[in-house]
This record gives sequence, structure tokens and C-alpha cells, in this order.
Amino acid sequence: MSAELTPVVAAQRFPAGVEGRPGASKPDPILVVDSVRRAFGGLVAVNVEHAEIQRNQITALIGPNGAGKTTFFNLLTGFDESDTGRWTFDGHAVDNIPPHKLARLGMVRTFQLTKSLARLSVIENMRLGSGGQRGERLWAAPWRPLWWDQERSVTRRSEALLERFRLDHMRDDYAGNLSGGQRKLLEMARALMTDPRLIMLDEPMAGVNPVLKQSLLEHITLLRDEGRTVLFVEHDMDMVHEISDWVLVMAEGQLIAEGTATQISGDQAVIDAYLGAHHEVDLGAMDEAQAIQELGLDAADLGVDTLQQVADEQVDDDRRDQGAAE
Amino acid sequence: MNWELIFWNALYTAINAGAASYCIVASGLNVHVGYTGLLNFGQAGFAAVGAYAFAIAIANYDWHWYFALPLVFGASLLLSLLLGMPTLRLRADYLAIVTIAAAEIIRYFLNTTRFTWLTGGTDGKNGWTDFFQDLNPWVNDDRFRLGAQSFDGYRLFMMVLGWSLVVIIAVFVWALMRSPWGRVLKSIREDEDAARALGKNVILFKMQSLMLGGLIGSIGGLMLSAQTQAATPGQFATTLTFYAFTIMVLGGSGRVKGPIFGTVIFFFVIQFVDNLLEQTTFNNKLPDWLIDTNNFGVVKLVVAGLVLAGLVVFRPQGIFGDRREQVFDVR
Repeated sequence: MSAELTPVVAAQRFPAGVEGRPGASKPDPILVVDSVRRAFGGLVAVNVEHAEIQRNQITALIGPNGAGKTTFFNLLTGFDESDTGRWTFDGHAVDNIPPHKLARLGMVRTFQLTKSLARLSVIENMRLGSGGQRGERLWAAPWRPLWWDQERSVTRRSEALLERFRLDHMRDDYAGNLSGGQRKLLEMARALMTDPRLIMLDEPMAGVNPVLKQSLLEHITLLRDEGRTVLFVEHDMDMVHEISDWVLVMAEGQLIAEGTATQISGDQAVIDAYLGAHHEVDLGAMDEAQAIQELGLDAADLGVDTLQQVADEQVDDDRRDQGAAE
Repeated sequence: MNWELIFWNALYTAINAGAASYCIVASGLNVHVGYTGLLNFGQAGFAAVGAYAFAIAIANYDWHWYFALPLVFGASLLLSLLLGMPTLRLRADYLAIVTIAAAEIIRYFLNTTRFTWLTGGTDGKNGWTDFFQDLNPWVNDDRFRLGAQSFDGYRLFMMVLGWSLVVIIAVFVWALMRSPWGRVLKSIREDEDAARALGKNVILFKMQSLMLGGLIGSIGGLMLSAQTQAATPGQFATTLTFYAFTIMVLGGSGRVKGPIFGTVIFFFVIQFVDNLLEQTTFNNKLPDWLIDTNNFGVVKLVVAGLVLAGLVVFRPQGIFGDRREQVFDVR
């Protein structure tokens, strides 16, 4: 199975003629985003001019820490409110509508910190995902005949998905008893119960061991192969290379590059964003006048008093990132 | 030492109409806290609204009971809306703050002399329980016995009525919680963002839960006042809410049987300790530095508290909880 998967040649899968530049238009976009902006006080976390997600493709959203990927994700899925911006999902205007309505339209998300419902059994987690359940109406709930048939078909669907994600042996265990990786699988399977057209995965590989990683990759590829669109946020570049058909790169809230994984890894703007434009120079060790001369930097331009401050902030950022990762 | 009376009196307290009323109040709280994870610290407010709506409608305005009962339901639902609308969008803590404040506002309102004409003030409201007396198949003043404990026909009837309501409510809650509707409530308790992401209108479900649990709490409050034949502000102090919490946790929160067995154990322990200390103190069986006739009321609560704390420590999931649930870090 993994042998067929390893070299998915992304460039061939993606429709020809799409330019690799930020905000490129696609032949058949399922999600179209226009001038979305979200600021937290003075910090502009997201400022995306235009972005399109091609239908029935796996699109990765990457970027260094603090690039605004998760904020962007939260905005699109209704978990945060944007200051400005419009976006459409499959032709419906969906900007700033609540998440439950998006899910009913066929756009579902998972979370970076897995949200398995610990004190519900695995099968109950699955059943919950199914939409349009008659028994979820208060007046119908006490009368089992009103919803029992539907419940049985929901259960059959749940069991089939559990089998596909190899969780069927855990059917009646509490979800809280699953390992971290199994929870990721459960969350993905549960999201599939809503039968989404667009599934959005927030860091699906975070904290997953290599063996399970491979199986997650297969599952994600399978989602595309059965006609769904996948958009995922990821740090793990190997995974991005392996399965994404198209990659969006964010830095400092903006979309700075687009293209296939291969195109992206050679893009200077991306390398700069990830590593910093002057990543080969140790700013702190440098004499100020020399730095200004060599790098063409001007402290006043940067809005700081000395270049030492820039270096210090860099260190602070790194520490914060490490803290967040832990 | 009259062991026989100590035992029968404690047993009677554990199963009398007052205990049944607390059980109903705790069942409503169980819907909020145990199933939905809504931190309602103002269940006493719902109970007070239930009792006073009925009492005022009948005593002041001479309404028939078949108008007064819907008024109880309406007032309770209105309180849920008032509390829920501003807070259910926010984090759980806000509901906790607002409910405890609302319950106290209601109690102070009932207590104040300003509205004595309406609420009866500190003395409370009586003369509205004819409805229950007329319903009683036993003679109200007849004496009945439970072991060494005796009580009248009205109390017997309220006991039977109270526990019948407990059973009806328990069956209803059970039927709801095994349904997909109950599943959504439990998912909100675990993680409401997950429920949201799966297409559930979380605020709607939380509001329904608040209304249902509040309604049950109001019925409990009505019973609590009806069994003493008077509604007084003292019945609806914060201790009512915290006793209900204790009962719920003791029996196992998020379990239908939890409040029932929690109630019986809670009141049995409290009353048994109370009777025991009273008898030993008045018979001078215990040293004065530990307990005397002046402080035994306080020591009783301390001892009862220790017994209950012990129960919770050695059985944290409650009597009917599932030990496995305690293993997970829920938050």
C-alpha cells in the first residue's frame, strides 16, 4: 500500500496551467477567499488578499510559527471572527457564519489539540458526527421508535468507518483510553461521519509516531481519491512533499507563495520566511556599523533602537516557539 | 442511648418528602452539570421560583391549580432564558457567576419586607397547600409509623407523591439521555468546540438543557415548600444548591440513579450523626472540650462533612459512577 503512495507526483495531479504565484486562480475552486484580515490589537495575524482551494485536491497550508495558519483556519471555519473579508464555499457565501452551519454545508475541521470526547465511547463519538439526526430534537428524543431506525443506520456507517480506520476493536472503549495517534484517527473518522466535501485538518501529524504517520497519510490520500477536498496545516515538510498536490505558504499573516511542493521548496521567499533572510549571519556578534554596512540594514527603518534588540527578539521568538511546541 | 429512635429517625429523614424534594432539585442539577457540563450554582433560584410562583398565584390571586402549575413552568423557563441568553455563548464560568448571583437576588427579593404583601417576606407564604391536602387519599391528621418514628397523613402523602415524581423524572431523564439528544449534551460536556465543528448548534442544546434542568429544579422547589405547607426564603438559601451538588456527586454525576441514592445516603448520614451527637451530648457521654450542648450543631456538620468527604475520597466517581472515567484528565 505504501509503495503505491510514496511518490505521488503532485505536479502531474494538479491541473496544468495554474501559475505558481500567491493568490493564483484555479479552474474549479471549492473555497474562494477575498481580503480576509484579522488583527489582535496592533498585531495583524492574518491578511490574505486572495486565495483559492482547488476541488478534489490535497492542499497544504504551511508557514513558520506565528505565520497565522491556525488563525486563518479558525476564521475560515467560523471559530474566530474576521475584521474584514468574504469567502465562499462551493458557491455559498459563508464568511463569519457559525461553525455548525458550515459543517452542515459540508465543510468540517479537526483540531491541532485532538478533541476526542473522553467520557463517550468510541462508537458514540462516531455516531455524534452524523448530521440531520431526528433523535437530536428534544421533542423526539424520549420516543425511541421515532429515531431508532436512523440510529441503526448511523451505527452501521460508524462501524464501517471504524473498520476502515482500524479502530473497530476499540468500539466500546472510552475515547479517553485511546492513544494520541488513535485519537487523531478517531477525530478524522468522526469528521467523515458528517460526509464533508471539504475536510480541514489542523496539524494532523502533530505528536504521531512514524508508523501511524504512514497510515494517516494513506487515509488522507484516500479522502481525496473518494472525491473529497483536503486542506491541511502542517509543519512536517516530509508529509507536505509526500501527499500534497498544491501548497500555500503563509508568513506574517500573508500568503507569500503557492505552487507544487517541489516548486515551493526552491522558492527564495519561502526559504527566507522559514529561516529568516539573514539566517547565516549572527546579528548579535556583529558590530553595529558593520552590520548596517554588510546587510544594508538600518535600525531606524526597522523601528528598533539597536540591532542588538533585533537579535534579542529573535532569541525571544525562538524561546516562545519552543515553549509553544512543548 | 435510644438506638432505635436514632436509626428510625435517620431513615425517615432519608426517605421523607423533604429528601424527595432535594432529590428532584439534584436531578435537575444533574441534567445541567452531570450531563451538559453547565456549571449552575443557582439551582436554589429555580427552586424558589417554582415554589413562589405556585404559592403567590394561589394565595394572593386565588388561581386554580391548573393555571398555577403552568405558571410554575412558564416562570421557570423564563428564568432559564434570562440566565442563558447572555451567558451561554461565553465560557462555563460566566454561567456559574450569573446563576449564583441570580439565586441570591431572588432570595433577597423574597426576604425583603418591601414586598411582604406579595411574597410574605421573612415569614414566607402559607395557605396555598389546599390543593395537596385535597389530593391526599389518606386523612391528613392521621398518624402513621415507620419503626420508632411517627408522622401524619399529609407527610405520608407528600412522601409518596415526592418519590413518585422522582421516579417519573428519572425515567424521563433516562429516556432523554440514551437518545441522540442526550449524546449531544454529553459531547458538549466533554468539548463543545468539537460538537460545534460536527454541526451541532451548541447554544440551542445548552439552552434546552438549562430549561429542562431548571424546570425539574422548580418542581423540586415546589415540593420542598409544599411538604412543609409554607414557602420561606430560608428554604432556598445557597445551602440548597450545595446540598444538591453534594447529593449529585455522592451518587455519581451524569447517572440517572445518582441523585436518588445520593439523597438517601446524604440525609441518612447527616441525620444519623445529628441524632447520635445530640443524644451523647445531652447524656454527657462525650468530654466537654470536644462537644457540649452549645456547639453540637456545628460539630454535627463537621462530622457529617468528614463522613461525606471520606465517601468521595474513597469512591470519587460516586456510588454509581464508572471508575474508568476518573482515569482521564477531563480538562
